[in-house]
Amino acid sequence: MITSLTAERLACARGDRRLFDGLSFTVRAGQALAVEGANGAGKTSLLRMLAGFLAPAAGRVVVKDASGDITDAELRGKRVGWLGHHDGLKPQLTVREQLDFYSALHGERADAAVLDHVGLTRQAALPCRYLSAGQKRRLALARLLASNRPLWLLDEPFAALDASGQALVAQLMARHCGQGGIVIAATHEPLGLGNESLRL
Amino acid sequence: MSPFLTLLLRDTRLAARSGGGAGLALAFFALVATLVPLGVGADLALLARVAGGVLWVAAVLAALLSLDRLFQGDHDDGGLELIALSPLPLELAALAKICAHWLSTGLPLTLLSPVLALMFNLPPPATLMLFLSLLTGTPAVSAVGAIGAGLTLSLKRGGLILPLIILPLLAPVVIFGAGSVAGVLDGSGGAGALELLAAFAAGAVLLSPFAAAAGCRLNLGS
Repeated sequence: MITSLTAERLACARGDRRLFDGLSFTVRAGQALAVEGANGAGKTSLLRMLAGFLAPAAGRVVVKDASGDITDAELRGKRVGWLGHHDGLKPQLTVREQLDFYSALHGERADAAVLDHVGLTRQAALPCRYLSAGQKRRLALARLLASNRPLWLLDEPFAALDASGQALVAQLMARHCGQGGIVIAATHEPLGLGNESLRL
Repeated sequence: MSPFLTLLLRDTRLAARSGGGAGLALAFFALVATLVPLGVGADLALLARVAGGVLWVAAVLAALLSLDRLFQGDHDDGGLELIALSPLPLELAALAKICAHWLSTGLPLTLLSPVLALMFNLPPPATLMLFLSLLTGTPAVSAVGAIGAGLTLSLKRGGLILPLIILPLLAPVVIFGAGSVAGVLDGSGGAGALELLAAFAAGAVLLSPFAAAAGCRLNLGS
């Protein structure tokens, strides 16, 4: 379990453009942070930086856990539960196969209750190509739950979801924070967790 | 099951279900091997002499057809990010994908080669050497191709650039592969060429995952 994530004077440059500069914040275990901003402000870039995909132009990200400070991007990534713009689903695989694949890849075993939790039990044997955008997002949430990672980085987690799906996301985030996890979400919607906000 | 085997089995399953991997490569391989004797004519001695080179070039080109999709599908649908965040190092993930590509493309091409060798009037000892050389050399094609696939990941029309990058690197594979068959035909053996091919393949399979993973990392950060 990680105790905190700290960004120290982070800067992000895309081409000649400086998206943000001198960005510092700390999120502790059990807290959520909403990253807000206009389109192109750098919300996704910040999440990709925190996940370790993108190297900062300046500054650093430090994750603290029982073993001490982790500054290596690849090691940090192994603690990240990621929900990006794309859900990583293959149209040829069934919902169950998809979930089993990502769970096994993360060294976990997907519980059947996970699909039930996101409302996809009836679709378990259905190839992903037949799922709606909202159902794909629900499957990505199931994958996130099954990955059992302490640091959730969510890019537009409410996208494509109906009201019940959005309530489900809010409930999952609240539960994750309640269990001592960290949630950082780039969103245009309020997270509803009494969380801090960061405006880019 | 280990994450490595999980990824290998998933990619093999995807190749079998999508039909664009082994099926397309086998059809291409068979068509080229059928057209060449039609173009060369009924000179059986000439056909046997060119068989090794023609079948090796056809096998390399057939394997290339699906190589650009090695990482592309996962890159496009966000799966590569999830693989990169998994406990499996990206180098081992690249190796798993290379193995899956070989199982779904290189191995079927190898198994088909004795049938196609009949069209070239290749004697049984040379057919056996062709089979052995493809079995030994096609893993190198998948491995070297993975380097190009990783490097061209973010490029539009990367599939067109990929052959330009990797075909020159595959020249030793074709030379040693065709040379081993020619060695059997001219009576000099061919074992030496096969050993060199095996050495090249071993080096490619061991080293290319590092280069392919570096290419993937570069593209994930872009």
